[in-house]
Amino acid sequence: MITFQLDGQSCSTRTDINLLQACLEAGANLPYFCWHPELGSVGACRQCAVKQFSGPEDKTGRIVMACMTPATEGALISIDDAEAKEFREGVIEWMMVNHPHDCPVCPEGGECHLQDMTVMAGHNTRRYRFTKRTHRNQDLGPFIKHEMNRCIACYRCVRFYRDYAGGDDLAVLGAHDNVYFGRAEDGTLENAFSGNLVELCPTGVFTDKPFSETYTRKWDLRGAPSVCVHCAVGCNTFVNAREEKVRRLLNRYNDEVNRYVLCDRGRFGHGFVNAASRLNTPLCLSDEQPTPVPTQAAMAQFARMAASGPIAGIASSRASLETCFSLRSLVDPDLFSTGQTQQEQTCTELAYALLRDHPGAIPTLHEMESADAVLILGEDASATAPRLALAVRQSGRQNAFLAADAAKVPRWMDAAVRTIGSETLSSLFVVSPAPTDLDGIARDAIRAVPDNAARLGFAIWHELDPTAPTVPDLKETEAEQANRIATVLAAAKKPLVVSGMQYGSIALMQAAAGIARALTRNTSEAGLSLVLPDCNSMGLAMMGGAPLETIIARAKAGAIGTLIIIENDLTRRLDPPEIVDLLEAVPNIVLIDHTATPLWQNANLVLPAATFSEDTGTLISQEGRAQRFFPAVFPPAPIQASWRWVQDLARALPSKQGTPASPASTNLSEWKNLDEVIADLGKELPVFAKIINAAPDASYRLNGQKLRSQTYRASGRTVIRSYISVRDQPPPTNSDTPFSSSMEGAYRTDMPAALVPHLHAPAWNSVQALNRFQQEIGGPLRGGEAGIRLFSSATAEGKDSVQPSSAPDIPPPFIPQPDTVLLLPEARLFGGEELSMFSPPLAARAPPPDLRLPTSAALQPRMTLHLKGYGPKTLPVRHLAGLPDGVALCPPHMVAAAFRFPQIVRLTPDPAEGEGEGEGEGEET
Amino acid sequence: MSATPTPLTAMITPSAPPPDCATYERAGGWQATRKALKTLAPADVIDIVTRSKLRGRGGAGFGTGQKWSFVPKELASERRKYLIANADEMEPGTFKDRWLLEGNPLQLVEGMILAAYAIQAGHGIIFLRGEYHLPRKRLTQAISEAREKGWLGDNILGSGFSFDIHLHSSGGRYICGEETALLTALEGRRATPRSKPPFPQFSGLWGASSVVNNVETLSNLPHIIANGPEWFISLGTGPDSGTKLYGVSGRVRKPGAWELPIGTPLRQIIEDYAGGMLPGYKLRALLPGGASTAFLDEAALDVAMDYGSVEKAGSRLGTGMAIVLDDRTCPVGMILNLEHFFAQESCGWCTPCRDGLPWVERLLSAIEEGSGETEDIEQLARHARMLGTPGRTFCAHAPGAMAPLASGLKLFADDFSAHISHHGCPLRHAA
Repeated sequence: MITFQLDGQSCSTRTDINLLQACLEAGANLPYFCWHPELGSVGACRQCAVKQFSGPEDKTGRIVMACMTPATEGALISIDDAEAKEFREGVIEWMMVNHPHDCPVCPEGGECHLQDMTVMAGHNTRRYRFTKRTHRNQDLGPFIKHEMNRCIACYRCVRFYRDYAGGDDLAVLGAHDNVYFGRAEDGTLENAFSGNLVELCPTGVFTDKPFSETYTRKWDLRGAPSVCVHCAVGCNTFVNAREEKVRRLLNRYNDEVNRYVLCDRGRFGHGFVNAASRLNTPLCLSDEQPTPVPTQAAMAQFARMAASGPIAGIASSRASLETCFSLRSLVDPDLFSTGQTQQEQTCTELAYALLRDHPGAIPTLHEMESADAVLILGEDASATAPRLALAVRQSGRQNAFLAADAAKVPRWMDAAVRTIGSETLSSLFVVSPAPTDLDGIARDAIRAVPDNAARLGFAIWHELDPTAPTVPDLKETEAEQANRIATVLAAAKKPLVVSGMQYGSIALMQAAAGIARALTRNTSEAGLSLVLPDCNSMGLAMMGGAPLETIIARAKAGAIGTLIIIENDLTRRLDPPEIVDLLEAVPNIVLIDHTATPLWQNANLVLPAATFSEDTGTLISQEGRAQRFFPAVFPPAPIQASWRWVQDLARALPSKQGTPASPASTNLSEWKNLDEVIADLGKELPVFAKIINAAPDASYRLNGQKLRSQTYRASGRTVIRSYISVRDQPPPTNSDTPFSSSMEGAYRTDMPAALVPHLHAPAWNSVQALNRFQQEIGGPLRGGEAGIRLFSSATAEGKDSVQPSSAPDIPPPFIPQPDTVLLLPEARLFGGEELSMFSPPLAARAPPPDLRLPTSAALQPRMTLHLKGYGPKTLPVRHLAGLPDGVALCPPHMVAAAFRFPQIVRLTPDPAEGEGEGEGEGEET
Repeated sequence: MSATPTPLTAMITPSAPPPDCATYERAGGWQATRKALKTLAPADVIDIVTRSKLRGRGGAGFGTGQKWSFVPKELASERRKYLIANADEMEPGTFKDRWLLEGNPLQLVEGMILAAYAIQAGHGIIFLRGEYHLPRKRLTQAISEAREKGWLGDNILGSGFSFDIHLHSSGGRYICGEETALLTALEGRRATPRSKPPFPQFSGLWGASSVVNNVETLSNLPHIIANGPEWFISLGTGPDSGTKLYGVSGRVRKPGAWELPIGTPLRQIIEDYAGGMLPGYKLRALLPGGASTAFLDEAALDVAMDYGSVEKAGSRLGTGMAIVLDDRTCPVGMILNLEHFFAQESCGWCTPCRDGLPWVERLLSAIEEGSGETEDIEQLARHARMLGTPGRTFCAHAPGAMAPLASGLKLFADDFSAHISHHGCPLRHAA
């Protein structure tokens, strides 16, 4: 700690930070633009000027930029100094020279950092009397709206987009007061993190395009803390809603997980909530047509169904833990399925076991950023877990940081660190069949089919630990690669191995875990991270249950009378013949979902569920973090949480039948709110005992009050429905959360982190109010941790003694075959999981499916895949440089089931070829 | 090298091609390289140059030996280092380096070999102003001839020291002359200045140790090494050592550039060398060292043109190339012209410079065009005050731009108010 004087007040602060951070942490209001906690300092905007005095005798002092000046012991600093104030006011005035006066119609108005800083700096009169320069705006695609005239040239956008996120299609063009931040020409911003420009831009140059379609003000939005449902990473989000419609998602800072950044799938994937595909009423199959029925009739229907035989349940890796548990409580334990295929379940359970037993660290995303050597083994994390890949990208700077440390340049001095580290190599190795976004910063990117990647992994493990199994028939080049990678990993203080189940390979994960385990002999910080597919894949792996195959077998044996499927699109997991078998074998199908997935028309009963934005529940991320999401929208009846539907079903059962197999500790029919579900869940499955602490319960009160979910400036509550009725409606209520649905209630910057519904602090109306919610900038929130780790970098007793239960099977080397290809799933940023494609802006970004072949393969414009259980599938074909021989790549969900990969298939020229089809198909190299 | 009083230009014959390697050698060229590479250690070269008190001729006047002394001491073979000649001569009114580049490019090549040997840099780059087509041709020829004759390349003179030069023609922006922006431009990125630390000597081009020296500075080195620091010091007339290329543009009889002892009084340069003012014109004021130096008026004509004296007089020696303002040219128009240049050449990185300079330009333009308002003077003065102090803007571009404005507002206060009260330029109306 150091002490410095700020306008005569003595302030204690951390060492190794700059004066701007120190002043903000001391609670001072000092305006800034170009500095960002995650991007560091570059000194471009000159807004954070303060006066520094060399000693008590120095009366004149010197203006310095706070962001470029280290906070030092005994420093004498003044924010209030007249000259510094005048300069800061002048800087805002210069920025405003060309800034349009369109605040009233600007989507940023009311949450604009530039507005806040203008007020803070005291500029209020325009003295510039000449014309303003104007720019042409660009169409940047379905996510981002561009209004360059508002630009104040803080350079944050390009620094984030290029330096931080690795994008290259956004740049600063032009010079002097004509600098232009955009693309070389109109077109979609391609980087997976483009949406963050909305939050990083201090004003309204880059705004959220779907959000801007219906203007609304921040103060009229209801906010709720939420968790992203589009992958297993568990990024924290704010859901913003108005008029009971989700309007947008914003990043919700969690210092250990997503910090300041969300991927575009997470930010713009919420569209399914408002989409036409929403189910909003119970439906019964009548004359083969789904027909709306009242809830009571639906329940009566279910009671009749239940009489026809045992009830089975299929849960889902995208449903909340509570929903899955409710289903598990309703049905016979033998008839409870996790909703995963055998392969998927084997993988997730293995991932859970490997992580739980890993003797080193299970790093958080933030910890990954400081890994000093990383191996990504057989997973394209940039598509399956984009935010994780971004964290790994940051780890690529470690060697540059070390060089900066040696040069005594502080790490926050961003441009200087990048200069010093401009030719340092990263210590990242990527081993994957297809190119990944991280290849560009990797020291080495090795192309290998999953089996060969696993073999390389085992070879690395053997290099690190001679007692590990030897890989037979290893090629000399592979042995050299293994040795090179092992050498770098072994030298690291904080190595990290990332793998996953994208290719459905247990060998890959076993090899990755083996390497990580071997590395723990060097350092207890050796980390293992395994990417899972869905937002609650880990929760289900921990809960357990039967795979889908078991349910199908039981159904075929006639042992299932009614099958309840919750929030699971089985067509993504089962081949068409299996679906047909299942539908034929089960007399009654009950589907509980919020979205009409392909099966809905086959269900005898459909019940409309609430989405993540409409109810509350708990998800467990792949790093074992239990996190709770809360509702921002109060859906109209009969839409309700899936677990409440299950409860209704339980109550509808004939009393005699009851819930025979339901454990004694579970009072399914009696649950009054989510807390009671969680309490029972913890009792029934002790592994979940801690999730009760993921967030305060519904009885939590702050200052004796509920927490308000609208800002205190919310307007129009009494007029918004005036076209229907002038009567003031009572605000909706929710018994599952401690939130009030209105602006009445408590709100504080130190409120529990899991319950922060939006960010606002006096003088800080933009998302940058976050500074006021943090214990220290970039550190934990003042309200503590959001969510709770169920397993972690634990130095858990006895972990070390746990050895892999059986020796892993090392796959034989892959040998390309002349007449078949190994078909692998192509990882795609958009549409890889079930829900994102229902979101219009995301659907607009997803290219149609095609087949990728290695450049060595003979290419026809269209070719036909002969898949088991599907019949021929004809697709356009393109070359993909780097793809290993004998391999084909295609997006599985668009062509076939996700987890029936890898598969050896026959590939033939399109029979329709030669009839004029396929003209103009491009070839990519 | 013979010890002439005008070492930099002794070998230059106007309108004649520059000396080739043989002519250069006959006139004393390559002696210094032989001496340094065969008899001196790199540290000795730094020591000689430090003792010669050679100061940077690009405008900032930083001690050359001192600048080199911060370079890490490893041998060229052990660490990648760059020596860069700043030949991006874009200062308005300045054309001194061009003289050396066109007249004796081998002298620069030799200077670079010596500097590179001193700092043990294996790679040399000449960053040349894009519009300098003739210098480009002559440098290309000089470099290739030097390479052919073994003065560049591996193991020069069997000394074990290897060095070669790459010529880079700039895409053309004034800011590229700023040493860190020059490095960024060389890397193929936007020419935005860098913050220091890290200093280029430690982490410059592509993160490697780099030194950027001006053409005139480098061209002095062969003579200093050949004739010794004492000789070099003896060339100067005041506290500084060596000669300096001085020049005068504007309405003088003989605009041009001359090599004179550093510290020659301004009056002597203008009256004796530039031949005084053209008939019918009187000297009103001048910018002593390029567009980014403050105006001096007639009262300051006796100032000695060395670094300290000009600073004491309220301006900077800069490039030493004076621009003269006569009594029939509008000072407001001249400042407008300068500020238009500076506003256009702002790189756009920091707010005060990017958005302040165009404002200044528009105010001046309004005043000159006749739509100026009384408050405009205060606005100009505010900008001069706010942008003029180094440290408030990211680099020295804006303070340089404010030097003629701030001094002009004081010196030509009456002209400014006359423009406003007469709604236009009185000189233009008079004409």
